[in-house]
Amino acid sequence: MTESRWVRIGLRMATVLVIVFLYLPLVILTIYAFNPSRLQAWPPTGFTFDWFVEAANNPAIGRALVNSLLAGTGATAIALVLGTAAALAIQRYAFFGRDTISFLFILPIALPGVVTGIALRTTFQTVGVDFGLATIIVGHATFCVVIAYNNVIARLRRLPRTPEEASADLGADTWTTFRRITLPGMGTALLSGGLLAFALSFDEIIVTLFTAGPGTQTIPMWIFAAIQRPTELPVVNVIAFVLILFSTIPVYLAQRISSGVGGGRY
Amino acid sequence: MAVESNREIGQAGNASNRVPAVQLEGVTKRFADVTAVAGIDLEIADGEFFSMLGPSGSGKTTTLRMIAGFEEPTSGRILLHGRDITGVPPFDRDVNTVFQDYALFPHMSVADNVGYGLVVRKVARSERSRRVEEALRMVRLEDYGARRPSQLSGGQRQRVALARALVNRPRVLLLDEPLGALDLKLREEMQIELKAIQQQVGITFIYVTHDQEEALTMSDRLAVFNAGRIEQVGSPADVYEHPATTFVAGFVGTSNLLTGDVAVAVIGEPGVYTVRPEKIRIADVGTEPESDEASAVGRIRDVVYVGPDTRYIVALEVGGELVVTQQNLETSSMEALATQGRSVRLIWKRRHVLSLATSEK
Repeated sequence: MTESRWVRIGLRMATVLVIVFLYLPLVILTIYAFNPSRLQAWPPTGFTFDWFVEAANNPAIGRALVNSLLAGTGATAIALVLGTAAALAIQRYAFFGRDTISFLFILPIALPGVVTGIALRTTFQTVGVDFGLATIIVGHATFCVVIAYNNVIARLRRLPRTPEEASADLGADTWTTFRRITLPGMGTALLSGGLLAFALSFDEIIVTLFTAGPGTQTIPMWIFAAIQRPTELPVVNVIAFVLILFSTIPVYLAQRISSGVGGGRY
Repeated sequence: MAVESNREIGQAGNASNRVPAVQLEGVTKRFADVTAVAGIDLEIADGEFFSMLGPSGSGKTTTLRMIAGFEEPTSGRILLHGRDITGVPPFDRDVNTVFQDYALFPHMSVADNVGYGLVVRKVARSERSRRVEEALRMVRLEDYGARRPSQLSGGQRQRVALARALVNRPRVLLLDEPLGALDLKLREEMQIELKAIQQQVGITFIYVTHDQEEALTMSDRLAVFNAGRIEQVGSPADVYEHPATTFVAGFVGTSNLLTGDVAVAVIGEPGVYTVRPEKIRIADVGTEPESDEASAVGRIRDVVYVGPDTRYIVALEVGGELVVTQQNLETSSMEALATQGRSVRLIWKRRHVLSLATSEK
C-alpha cells in the first residue's frame, strides 16, 4: 500500500460516483417503466405492469423490433464475411497499395453518420434502389464491416502461422486448412466482433433515418418518434428497460470470451 | 589427401545403388535483397539420417522449408525420389515436417492432432484409429490421446508432433530444430529416442540443427552450412577429423587455428592449420618430442574446469593461442586451476595437423 488513507478514501468515493453517474439514469428509467402514472413525475405513485401489456399490444413496436433484429443479423452476416476476407487478404498477402486499402477500410468508422447516411441515400437514389430493409442492412454493413475487420485482423496478427503450414504439410489443401485450422483459431474473434457489430446496428439511428423507406421502422426510429408524443413515454420506458436487460447478455458473453475460456488458448 | 579420395569413392558407391531420396540442384533462394541460399547441390540417400548444421542465418532452415514446399526456390530444382517437385504445393509432397514450435493444433485433442493427416487424406476410420494408436505407442504417449496440447509438457508436445508426422508414413521426414526448446537432459534422451525411431521406421530423416554435438551424435552424414552455402558434406567423423575449411573447423569443435607467421614458426610452412584440442598433450618445457611429433612452447593463460575435462588456453611464445582439452583422469579441480601461468610445452603428432582451405566471410 503506497497510497495514504485519504487517497484511498478519495478513490473509493470516485468509484462510487462513477457507478452512480453511469447507472442512476437507468434506475430512474426502470422505476418509471413500472409507474402507473402516464406523466413522468417524482415520486412514483405505485407499481404496475400495464405499460408492458400496452407495449406488447402495439403492433408497430413488434414490427420495429423484427426489423431491427433482421437489420442487425443481416448487417452482421455481411460484415463477418467481408471483414474476414479483407483481413485475411491484407494480413496474409503483401501487394501493391496494401497500406492504402487498410486505411480505406478503417476510415468509414471515423466519418460522421450524417455523411455516410446522405452519401448512401444519394447513391441509392442515383442507382434507383427502393428504400426499405435491404437499404438499411447495406447502410449498417458499412460500419459493421470495420468492426469485424478490426477484430479479425487483430487476431490474425497474434495467431502463429506454423499450424497452417503444418496442416498443408499433412496434406490439407488451402480450403481445408482454412476451415479446420484458421477458422477455429479466429472463432472467438468472430464471435466478439459479431456481437459488437450487432449491437452497433441495433441502436443505430442516423444512417438508418437516411436509408429507411417510408414504411420501414426500426426500434430506435420508433423510440425517436414516440418520445415526441408524451402519452407514449411510459411505453418507451418499458422498451428501454427490456433493451437494457437484453444488452447485458452479449456484453457479459463478450467479456467472458475475451478474458476467460478462449483467451488462454493461443 | 589420401583420405579425400577415399571419401569420394565411398560416396559414389552409395549413390549409384539407389535413387537418392532428395536431390538439390543449384538451389538458390533470395528474399527481397537478402540471399538466404546461394546455390547448393546436395544428394541425400534413401533411409539416411542426414543433418544440416550451421549457425542461424546460414540457410539451413530455408533449405528445409524449400524441400517441404513452404518456400519456392528462386532458381534450381528439387527432386524427391527422382521426381521433380519444384513448384508442387506442400500438400502434394510426400514429406512431413516436425516444426521447431511443434505447431500443434490447439483446438484439437492429441489423438485428433495425430490423426489429422489421415482425416484430410480420407483414410477409413478403423484404419485411422489403429494407426493413431500405433503412432502414439511409438512415442510412448498411448494414454494421452484425449488430452489437449496445452495440457502437455514441452517434451510430450514434441513427441505428439513427431507422431503426427510419422503416422502418415512419409518417405522423408523433415525436422526443424525439433529439440531446440527442450532442456539439456530431455534433449539427450530425445536424441537417442529419435535415432532409435529412425532406425525402426527406416524413413529418411533430414534434421536441421545449430548444435554441432547433436549433429555429430545422430547423423549418418551431415552438411555444414555457412552464409547460404554448404562448406562440407560427410560423415560425422569425417567432418570432425578432416574439416575442409576454417569455418567447419571452428563451427564443429574448437578451431585452434594456426595462421600466418605462427603457422610458419610452428608447422614450418605457410598456410592455415588446425589441431584438435584433445590431440594435444601438455609436457614440461624441457621435454623432447618424438620424431613423428611437433611441439610449441607457451604459457597457460587460462584454465576452465568443466567437470570431466579441463580446458587450458595456452598463449604460444611465437604468438597465437591453442586450446588443449584434457580428461580429468587423476587431476582435481584444485590441481588443474593451479597450473595457470605456468610455462609448458605442447606436443602433438604431426598426422593430427590438418591443413584447411579458408572460408569466405
